[in-house]
Amino acid sequence: MLKVLKSGLFTAVHDIGRYGYLNKGVPVAGFMDGFSAKKANQLLGNDAHAAVLEITMTGPTLMFEDETYISMGGALLYATLNNEPIANYEVIKVKKGDILSYGKLEKGFRNYLAIKGGVKAPLVLGSQSFFSSVTKKNHLDDGDELEYDACSHFEPKISKLKVDSFLDEINLEVSQGPEYGNLSDRQLERLFGKKFSISNENNRMAYQLEEKIEGLQISMITSATLPGTIQLTPSGKLIILMKDGQTTGGYPRILQLSDKAISVLAQKKYGDEVCFKLNSQ
Amino acid sequence: MNKYSISIRPFGIHAILLEWPGRVDVAILEDILQFTQYLKECCLKNERWEIVPAYNSVTLIHREEPIDFKEIETKLLNWYKEDIKIVKRQKIVWRLPVCYDENFGIDLNEISQKSEKNIKEIIGLHTSHVYTVFGIGFLPGFTYLGGVPEELQFNRREEPRAKVLRGAVGLAGKQTGIYPQESPGGWNIIGNCPIPMFDPKAEEPCFVSVGDQVQFFKITRAEFDLYKIESEVGIYKLEKTVLDA
Repeated sequence: MLKVLKSGLFTAVHDIGRYGYLNKGVPVAGFMDGFSAKKANQLLGNDAHAAVLEITMTGPTLMFEDETYISMGGALLYATLNNEPIANYEVIKVKKGDILSYGKLEKGFRNYLAIKGGVKAPLVLGSQSFFSSVTKKNHLDDGDELEYDACSHFEPKISKLKVDSFLDEINLEVSQGPEYGNLSDRQLERLFGKKFSISNENNRMAYQLEEKIEGLQISMITSATLPGTIQLTPSGKLIILMKDGQTTGGYPRILQLSDKAISVLAQKKYGDEVCFKLNSQ
Repeated sequence: MNKYSISIRPFGIHAILLEWPGRVDVAILEDILQFTQYLKECCLKNERWEIVPAYNSVTLIHREEPIDFKEIETKLLNWYKEDIKIVKRQKIVWRLPVCYDENFGIDLNEISQKSEKNIKEIIGLHTSHVYTVFGIGFLPGFTYLGGVPEELQFNRREEPRAKVLRGAVGLAGKQTGIYPQESPGGWNIIGNCPIPMFDPKAEEPCFVSVGDQVQFFKITRAEFDLYKIESEVGIYKLEKTVLDA
């Protein structure tokens, strides 16, 4: 068992997400930064899609009740195991009773804690990812317990990976969205000419951008949206749908983030800057 | 078949968007559903595509790998040209209970004033029409039901409410629908349906599909409480009629 002594700001279980229920309005959910989560899993020899803990900004305090191996990825979040500092992308042996706790966030926004064999949360509609209205919880609370399989011996193929550099990346690779063709030259110039900053309206559902551009006054019939879809509202607000984002929408879908760009954006927080780079598709 | 001119556009590198003429029209929806069923049963059988129909569009999403847009576009256009009338699609008409009690129908008075109709007439109008499920989205199990009579067409509320009850039945423009969970919402609320529209524990978490139809019937507060308990313990029997499209 993994005992949650303190839950942190927003700690949740996530795997690759929920497939097959978009036509019933169920979002994908899953890791916000899939690249980092997958790397943390791979170090432990886990399936790249295995469930991990997604830790946002302020980390939890956790007690391991069985021996195992862990690795962390994503945001640089100061962490200690029994008060000894540990680093991202290293395989670390954990003994019964060890306590993992987190301190200051240095860079990025979301850290991923992988456990050998994966975290075992209930499987709902084919995924262990937390999502309110589908799973019982959308984040862990103090005192919660999560299962995992004990592991006393494991020889990793690689015990350390070079830390990701994309926490510093500010370019978001995008391709044209279905309504891209409705944008004027002025709108395009603004979209690709200057930086945007992340507004305080940012969560697993969507990231809004602080700066507005000229809005689009076209009438749309509700149609599908995806994680990474950038919508432009009539008032000129840019909304970037993320993993818990709604599956349909009625605002023009002007751009679509690449998978990597979704991971890059997932590591941004209020006030961080980004800019769009159009992928010549 | 092949009655409409459809447009096909890329939607990122994992998805492709097919669009029919930009109208809310049952005939267009039928054509879309016939085609998507043909795709599922005959063309994309063993491929991992997710297919999301809504109003005048279908989005095909391939999560695993990037797709070759040109290749799939050509295939889709050819498949659409084929004569696919042979595909029989079953359509289900669901009869759903709604309690229009004043505790639930918090906007009934306002609607009554605006429409110059009394509450009984409004309930009569809402329950006498059969609505088509044009899309499912916004929340798990939220159905966009089209076919609202003109007398009941009102804009969304100027200020959305921060909290709308689970089961709330609302009106917005040409649409009506049921909030499957408590959420913020801007629709005009006229009643509440005790039957859960989304249950992750059920074998089929959302019994309604795009293309189905819904008709509401009026129940009392006592019936509401009873049906709620019955559906919680799994003994409520949904009323449905199966039609061949």
